[in-house]
Formats: sequence, structure tokens, C-alpha cells
Amino acid sequence: MDSTAARGKPRRSSAKRAAKKTQPGKPPAPGTPRAPEMVQLLTPEGERVEHPDYAVDPTPEELRGLYRDMVLTRRFDAEATALQRQGELGLWPSLLGQEAAQIGSGRALHDDDYVFPTYREHGVAWCRGVDPTKLLGMFRGVNHGGWDPGSNNFHLYTIVIGSQVLHATGYAMGVAKDGGGQAVIAYFGDGASSQGDVSEAFTFAAVYQSPVVFFCQNNQWAISEPTERQTRVPLYQRAAGFGFPGVRVDGNDVLAVLAVTRAAVERARAGEGPMLIEAFTYRMGAHTTSDDPTRYRPSDELEEWQGKDPLLRLGRLLEREKLADADFFAALDEESDRLARKVREAIRTMPDPEHMAMFEHVYADGHALVDEERAGYAAYLDSFADTETGTGTKNEGVR
Amino acid sequence: MAANAGGGPAGPAKMAFSKALNTSLRTALENDPKVLVMGEDVGKLGGVFRITDGLQKDFGEERVIDTPLAESGIIGTAIGLALRGYRPVTEIQFDGFVFPAYDQIVTQLAKMHARALGTVKLPVVIRIPYGGGIGAVEHHSESPEALFAHVAGLKIVSPANPSDAYWMLQQAIECDDPVIFLEPKARYWDKGEVDTTAIPGPLHRARVIRPGTDLTLAAYGPTVKTALAAAQAAEEEGRSLEVVDLRSISPVDFDTLQGSVEKTGRLVIVHEAPVFFGAGAEVAARITERCFYHLEAPVLRVGGFHAPYPPARLEEEYLPGLDRVLDSVDRALAY
Repeated sequence: MDSTAARGKPRRSSAKRAAKKTQPGKPPAPGTPRAPEMVQLLTPEGERVEHPDYAVDPTPEELRGLYRDMVLTRRFDAEATALQRQGELGLWPSLLGQEAAQIGSGRALHDDDYVFPTYREHGVAWCRGVDPTKLLGMFRGVNHGGWDPGSNNFHLYTIVIGSQVLHATGYAMGVAKDGGGQAVIAYFGDGASSQGDVSEAFTFAAVYQSPVVFFCQNNQWAISEPTERQTRVPLYQRAAGFGFPGVRVDGNDVLAVLAVTRAAVERARAGEGPMLIEAFTYRMGAHTTSDDPTRYRPSDELEEWQGKDPLLRLGRLLEREKLADADFFAALDEESDRLARKVREAIRTMPDPEHMAMFEHVYADGHALVDEERAGYAAYLDSFADTETGTGTKNEGVR
Repeated sequence: MAANAGGGPAGPAKMAFSKALNTSLRTALENDPKVLVMGEDVGKLGGVFRITDGLQKDFGEERVIDTPLAESGIIGTAIGLALRGYRPVTEIQFDGFVFPAYDQIVTQLAKMHARALGTVKLPVVIRIPYGGGIGAVEHHSESPEALFAHVAGLKIVSPANPSDAYWMLQQAIECDDPVIFLEPKARYWDKGEVDTTAIPGPLHRARVIRPGTDLTLAAYGPTVKTALAAAQAAEEEGRSLEVVDLRSISPVDFDTLQGSVEKTGRLVIVHEAPVFFGAGAEVAARITERCFYHLEAPVLRVGGFHAPYPPARLEEEYLPGLDRVLDSVDRALAY
């Protein structure tokens, strides 16, 4: 049964439709969104192009660095997906296709800026220097977030859609109270743009002029729902209604993302208030390893976006301009394999949490009920201590 | 003034419940530059109940913050401010308006310390005027404590008198955990002695506020006054009721309550919230387990019905008043 044909080809972008409807010489009907504009500095063919408002002039070393970041991030991500398939992880949300959006924005940040991610910002985590193996703990089920947010100014992954955007805004309000000079960046997706918390964050940030960059990765799909199920206007245009600038950037163009995010970050650091960036990208994989995108999206769409692959285009630039030689690519391959081996090794030696770990850190200042239940459960476990195993902590004793 | 950080009179003084809260906030703002007050209308207006009266004038808009009308936004940004090192004291204008923030409270505020394996702290206080008895419209008279008590990571307290209002708010602000601070709005105008130089007892300790021998009446927040009135009325009928002000709902001080019930053998719990799955149900279950051989009667509960909080003209029927409390006392004593 050809259900795709029956439903008709899904329209990918309401903006595209809106653009088509606009007739020259005739003013648009009230409420009609403006045709979207998108900042691009590197074409899918790997050619540099100019933009009147945004520019970046990276050294060859910086270009190789961005390429390396994206390759290693993609390799790490692929390894994690494989580990899920092999039963080592319960779930993995792949960032495949979003490397430029994440590396470009991540590399635009200063060390003292603060990041509030969703649960898919593995590339940003990489830029912040978070040990990639630490990202795996929550997906293996040994913790809910295995890193100290303060050590890399990279908050824990947040699973409830959009919640962290308010946390970022509050943190930015605090930055401003402390005198400013730092930026906070909040990551979220096209689906999250429908959450009330995101709109509330826009309102708070606007009225307090908080130093926060709202970085929306519009990867076209919120699990099975296309962006047109979330919005009638290009997402970046929503910023205007809240009173701060919004820009759509080619999310698969690492140079454009870098340039636009830098501008937004510098703006925030200078105390000029929030800005919304819509990184127009594509989720090339499934929503998570539990998802099956063949049920809801046509394969030709993926093919189309594969032509805009963020790694491919920067690779083409490096090759054409002879900014990287065969040795560079070979060494990078080797480094990727080393990273993958390290990740694999780390996951296989990752210890399970202690039996009593669930009672730890429920409260900072303690709580009588938690103390009572902890003691009760410990006593229950200890009641098996004199059985054959003698461990007192394993369920073997129950048999 | 210099000798008394609170700006109020030194030593014991008669003070309205609302003034005690106001003085407590003032003391906290003076003592710790990281303390912020934030909520709807808390600035120029001083809050719809005037609890924050004058604070913005003295501490400025950076520390006493009028927020947009968005409760999830208030709690969500308070979380971010706490992560930045601030100690936000948020105000939710009325009990029935807390629900837009329920997601942030339950999924983020309560769980973030554990999620971060203890590496971050969330010292956020959520002040909520709660309970009925003021003839208000819908959503202005509810008692949502059980909806929070079920959530690990939150602490919940409710003062019943001006002295506790002052001190428990001080302690809630000093606490490194999120605290839901439930203010019985019907008691805002009650007066009592407040000693801002006293040394307070622990925040989560229950208190026997009237000794007795025949039955224990447990209450918190707005119903403490009702329980005391019931004990007074019972005394005139020759019955000696012990009244315990629980003060804290998460955690509950079961040790103090157990001591009382082991002595009296009977327990009646009074709260305004619906009885079904209410705080009283948990207290009844645990006290039954702890005091099984001391109990002369089943633990009884008096409270709201399993119906939406009624229109104001009916609220006296809904609220556990003196007669309904005494009726349950009679039932318990009849076993």
C-alpha cells in the first residue's frame, strides 16, 4: 500500500509555501509571513559566499579544526547508535546531520558562557570539553546525567521539551544582575517552539533584556510531526513579536552558524539582550533509536538533504582549496577510530550504580522520610546477608 | 535598627501574620545579597496581600522583581537564577494558579539536584497563599499540598501563627532544597507574638501546642486554629484533647506525633484539602503502623470533600469547621 502517495507528498516548509504564494506587486494579506531569508557562507558544493551582515574569516587551521570536530562528533554518535543496537545503551538520540549547527554554535562560545542543552547536543558537549563517555551514562541507565554542569558550563541534558529554555533565561537574568559580560545559550528544537515555556522564556528575556541566545535547531521533524505542524511562520520571525532580533541560518553550514552565533553571543555579552537563531537543518537519522522514520517521511527527502551534508561541504572546501592533505584525512580517520574504541571501552566498563544510590542526593539538606526508607531498604537487603552468597546486597539471596 | 537586622522591633512584639512574613522577607533580603523576591505584583503593589509591601522600594527592582504573568516562567527562571547562585523566593499569587508551574516544579525543580548527582543546589522557595475561608472566587481557596507531597525532592511547610510565619520563612530561605511554603491566607490578619531574636526550633519539627490525654488532634496551617477551638470546646464537655501542629508536610515529623498518639490512643487529622488521598491519609497509614497496639480507635480524617472547591456561599459546608471536627472527635471517642 502506498500510503505516502495517498496522503500526498508532505510539504516540508510552511515558509516555502508562503514564499510561493507571495505575488510581486501585491501587498501580502495581513498575517502572511514574510518570505524567509537564510544566512549562508558556504554552499552545499563547498563554495564560499558572502553575506552583507555576517562574515567569518577562519584560518586554514580553524577550518580543519571545525572539520575535525564534526567528523569526531559524527563518529562518536555513530558509535553510540551501534552500542544501542548491541544492547549496551537503552536509547540513543542521534545528532546525525546536525553537526554544523552544533559545532558552529559551540565554537562561537567563550569559556565563561553557559550552555543549556536539550538531550541531543552531543556536538556542543564536545566543544565544551565534556568527556563524551559521560554523555552515555543516562542512556545506559546508570544515572540521569553524569557530569557536573559547573565544570564545563554545560548544564545537564533536559528531556522535558523546552523546560531548559526558561532555566537558561533565569541564569541569564542572574548574569545580568552580576554585571553581565557573559552569554547564555539555550538549545531547543522546532517541536519545542510550540511549548509555552519557550514563549514564556522569550517574554522574560525580552522584558529583562537578558543576555541569552535562543538557538533553535529546526531539524524539520519533531519525531513524526513536520515543522508545519508547529508553526505557520518561519520560526526565526517569531522573535520580532517578542521584540528582539531573529535570524535563520543555514544549519548545515558550519561557517554561517559560527558567524551568526558569534554575533548573537557578542551582542548578549555586550548587554544588548536576547536573540533568536533558527538553524535550518535536518535530522538525517531517527528521532531516537526507538523511532522508525520510514513510517512518516519520504526517502527522497533524506536524499535531498544528504546533498547538503554539513561534513561533505566543508570537506569539499578543504580539498578544493588544498587546505588539508591526504595525511590530515588519514590521521583524522585514525583519531575517529581511537575515539570510537575509547567510547566502546568506557561503556563496557561503566559500573552500575550502587544499590543505595537512589537515596543519595534526593535532598541537599536531608529529609527524614528518605532517611527512614533508606534505612528500611538497607535492613531488608541485610536480611539476606547470612544466605549462601553472603553478599547482602544481591537478589541472589532471595532464591 | 542596626542591632536588629529585620528592621522590626527588637525582641518580642505583637505582629500580624502578614507583617511577620513581610518582616521575615526583609530580614532575608538584608542578610543575604543573593536572596531575591519575585512574582506577580510583588513590587510597587507589594503583592495582592501586601506581603512584600515596601520591599521593592527599599531593595530595588533588581532584587524585588515584578515578573510577567507566567507562573511556569517564574519557577523556570527561578531555577536558572538558583543555578547561578541566587536564592529566589517566588510568590504564586493564589493556590489555584500554581498549576501552570507544576511541570517546572515537578519535573525540574524537584529532581535537578538528584539528576546532577548533588553537584547543583536549588534553594528556591515557592510561597503560596492557600486555603479558603475568605469568600473568594474559584481557584482562590484551594489546598494543593498533597499534589506536591507526592514528589520527592520538594519540602513542604505551613506555618499556623505569626511567629512560625517569621521563622519558618527564614529557615525555608536558608534551606538548600526547594521549599513549598504554604501560607494560610485566612490567617494573614491574625496577630501574635513574634520574637525576631529568638532561636527557632527545627523547621520540620511538629509541635504539641495544647497538651491533653484523651485524643490527639493533628492539624497544620489554617486548621490549627480550628483544632485549638475544638479542643477548647471539648474541654467544656470534660474531654482532654491534645493538639499537634504538624508545621511540616514533607517531611512529616512522625516521631512527635507518635509520642502523642501513644499517650492518647486516638488520632483525628484535620486539613482543608480533600480527604481522599490527602496528607491525612498518609499520616493515618503511618501512625497506624507505628502505634497499632496503642490505638483505641481507627485514625479519622476531617477535611474537604471529593468535589471542586465550592462557591464561596458554600465554603463553610466544605471546610472542616468546629462542628465537623467535634463530630469526628465524638466518633473516635465512641470506639
